Amino acid sequence: MIVELGHYALVLALVLALVGGTVPFFGALRGDERLMSVASTTAVAQFVFLALSFAALTYAYVASDFSVQNVAENSHSLKPLLYKVTGVWGNHEGSMLLWVLILALFGALVALFSENLPLKLKALVLSVQAWIGVAFLLFILVSSNPFLRLDPAPFEGRDLNPLLQDIGLAIHPPLLYLGYVGCSISFAFAIAALIDGRIDAAWARWVRPWTLTAWCFLTLGISMGSYWAYYELGWGGWWFWDPVENSSFMPWLAATALLHSAIVMEKREALKIWTILLAILTFSLSLLGTFLVRSGVLTSVHAFATDPTRGIFILIILCVFVGGAFALFATRAGTLSQGGLFAPISREGALVLNNLLLTAACATVLVGTLYPLALEALTGEKISVGAPFFDMTFGPMMVPLIIAVPFGPFLAWKRGDIVAAGQRLLFAFGAAMAAVIIGLALMGTPAALALFGVALAIWLMVGSLSEIAFRIKLGRASLGESWRRGAGLPRSAWGTAVAHFGLGVTVLGVVAATAWNSETIVTLKPGEVMSIGDRTLTMDGFVPLSASNYTGTGVRFTVREGGNVVATMEPEKRLYTVPNTPTTEAAIKTFGFSQLYVSLGDVSADGATVVRVYWKTLVTLIWLGTLVMTAGGVLSLSDRRLRVGAPKPSRRSVAVPAE
Amino acid sequence: MTRKQRRLTLISLAGVVLASAVGLVLFALSDGITFFTSPSDVLAKPPAPEQRVRLGGLVEQGSIVKEADGVVRFAVTDGKATVPARFVGILPDLFREGQGVVAEGKVDASGLFEADTVLAKHDETYMPKEVVEALKQSGEWRPEDAGQASQAVTQ
Repeated sequence: MIVELGHYALVLALVLALVGGTVPFFGALRGDERLMSVASTTAVAQFVFLALSFAALTYAYVASDFSVQNVAENSHSLKPLLYKVTGVWGNHEGSMLLWVLILALFGALVALFSENLPLKLKALVLSVQAWIGVAFLLFILVSSNPFLRLDPAPFEGRDLNPLLQDIGLAIHPPLLYLGYVGCSISFAFAIAALIDGRIDAAWARWVRPWTLTAWCFLTLGISMGSYWAYYELGWGGWWFWDPVENSSFMPWLAATALLHSAIVMEKREALKIWTILLAILTFSLSLLGTFLVRSGVLTSVHAFATDPTRGIFILIILCVFVGGAFALFATRAGTLSQGGLFAPISREGALVLNNLLLTAACATVLVGTLYPLALEALTGEKISVGAPFFDMTFGPMMVPLIIAVPFGPFLAWKRGDIVAAGQRLLFAFGAAMAAVIIGLALMGTPAALALFGVALAIWLMVGSLSEIAFRIKLGRASLGESWRRGAGLPRSAWGTAVAHFGLGVTVLGVVAATAWNSETIVTLKPGEVMSIGDRTLTMDGFVPLSASNYTGTGVRFTVREGGNVVATMEPEKRLYTVPNTPTTEAAIKTFGFSQLYVSLGDVSADGATVVRVYWKTLVTLIWLGTLVMTAGGVLSLSDRRLRVGAPKPSRRSVAVPAE
Repeated sequence: MTRKQRRLTLISLAGVVLASAVGLVLFALSDGITFFTSPSDVLAKPPAPEQRVRLGGLVEQGSIVKEADGVVRFAVTDGKATVPARFVGILPDLFREGQGVVAEGKVDASGLFEADTVLAKHDETYMPKEVVEALKQSGEWRPEDAGQASQAVTQ
């Protein structure tokens, strides 16, 4: 019964989305306030019904109701409760439901938390959002309905893919979707502005917090996915340039560019057309990602069961929304007025350079992702574009960007002084050079390329903080004075510095983990010892494992450093009972910011085990850096200026009529 | 600077960035991509020794030999031709004889495939898309092997 209610709520949400897509839209065109104000109600109601629907599916999973096909195919009664719940979105149908739930959540948030938005713009934004909802709700109901029943119901479920039975599934997809789908809001704002024909600094002010929110979630989502792949897949890699990873990374690059160009629009009313285009592009790339992942055109860990009709359905959604948006853009962009002028060397100029490099980098990723598909469709030739391609294209595009980032905040609007900026960055330059010289002295010329990377990272980290140091007169005024100035700086200035610093931390982690990664593969018997760097690992013996839905063997290792025991590690080989699948669980120990990573191969008859041991220098900085970047985003989001948005009309002191 | 000059500066900056991006992409495409081949293709037209290829097919029955320190020898077959392969490292959990596999690496002078990456299926119902196509071409395709999701292991 609950399942049918969930199904019914889903259909009602579709109806509400249809109403929310049409009524306020015509209201906005005819200037009818009553019709326009329907938008908020339907947006909130749509969210409520989708939440009910999602709750019903979750209930079916928790109660192990195998008469629901989706539950029977992806769950098992013996699975731990956490994975019963996360299993709701560990499959195609359920994750699409999460997708539309988050879409509706953003719609509802706009409806509830933007009282200072002009009614017409709000109505248009919410109706665009509702139309996206209509498309995906139809998609779910027609081709991916999670509420279909099975008759007769099987006695037991087929269980979730064991690789997905991990806390990572609880964290990565919801965060990623909040980011991915959150980009729909800036898209809706862009379309609404094009229809309305009025785009100004206030528009950028409304859009920026939403973009920033989506960006923060997207950053976290991608980063958590990377860490999950790192520890779960057992081969120590943290980014594979897998097409599916790329399809979340491209919206991130575009959203990062959008964040920066929206600043220019907000402060100087310049780059309007470009900002609108980026807002459309960002969500288009999200939709493209959804298509690539769900259509089965790619072979990937993320690909769910493939079904051609689904691919075609999403392709149609993609074409309608992207095509429609670009057509609207083409007809309306010319009517937008030109913004303020600026010299090439200026804050605006720096942000334009940022946008150029980010979008060009995004385009190279797009080419690398789509080229194999296009080539196969055109010539039938099958190729794979892997890490070497992206290292050769994406890497070089990032170098000028990293060099330029610290300059940006030092340049004034309209016309900047690059010499003065350079002088203020001398300390950062010195720090980077010092790192290179010390590194060369210690490691010699073979490490030159890696040291160049380290120098870039240090330049970025110190350079980002230099701006704050300069503004609070650190060292030039008393500490108390600096503290007072620091507290007085706008949160967004801190946010910028922190986010750029975080990027530097990530770059440092990437460079160090790539350049100073050591790896050993040995066959060990109990009692044998191997060494990696300064440490030794002793294989102590086997430990049998058993849990509700798997059995397995762990191998216990003792890690010693100069004879002292510093850690014990226990990588595992698991055999899940339903479906009968072996998996490998790596053991990871963190030393400072670096990690020791041990994973197991097959155990031979005489008790010898193939063991793969990695030493990953500073690898945790990759993910810590993204956390710092997100913190920067949150700081910026908490800035009063963004929260307040456009100046509010003073609240009319009209007494609420008694009911 | 006049408005025109500023615009020109902006456009030429954009031009430089785009041109370098295009240059990098073209350069990388000539070097950084891997072609997919089947065992029949490898025997008929062996790739150049330094060229990376992806080899797809089934792991031949009885061909897996495990040597010391993680060295594994196996053979990839599409029913018509068989290519011997060697891999150092830990294989995917579902790497088994008679199952689909995609190996990435180079063919050496003796015709041995030196794999540095091995992809195998990820659960009981999965077969890499490329393997399906290779098997279809050689007439060895059995649809009951189809399915979802993959797993890779790099050296």
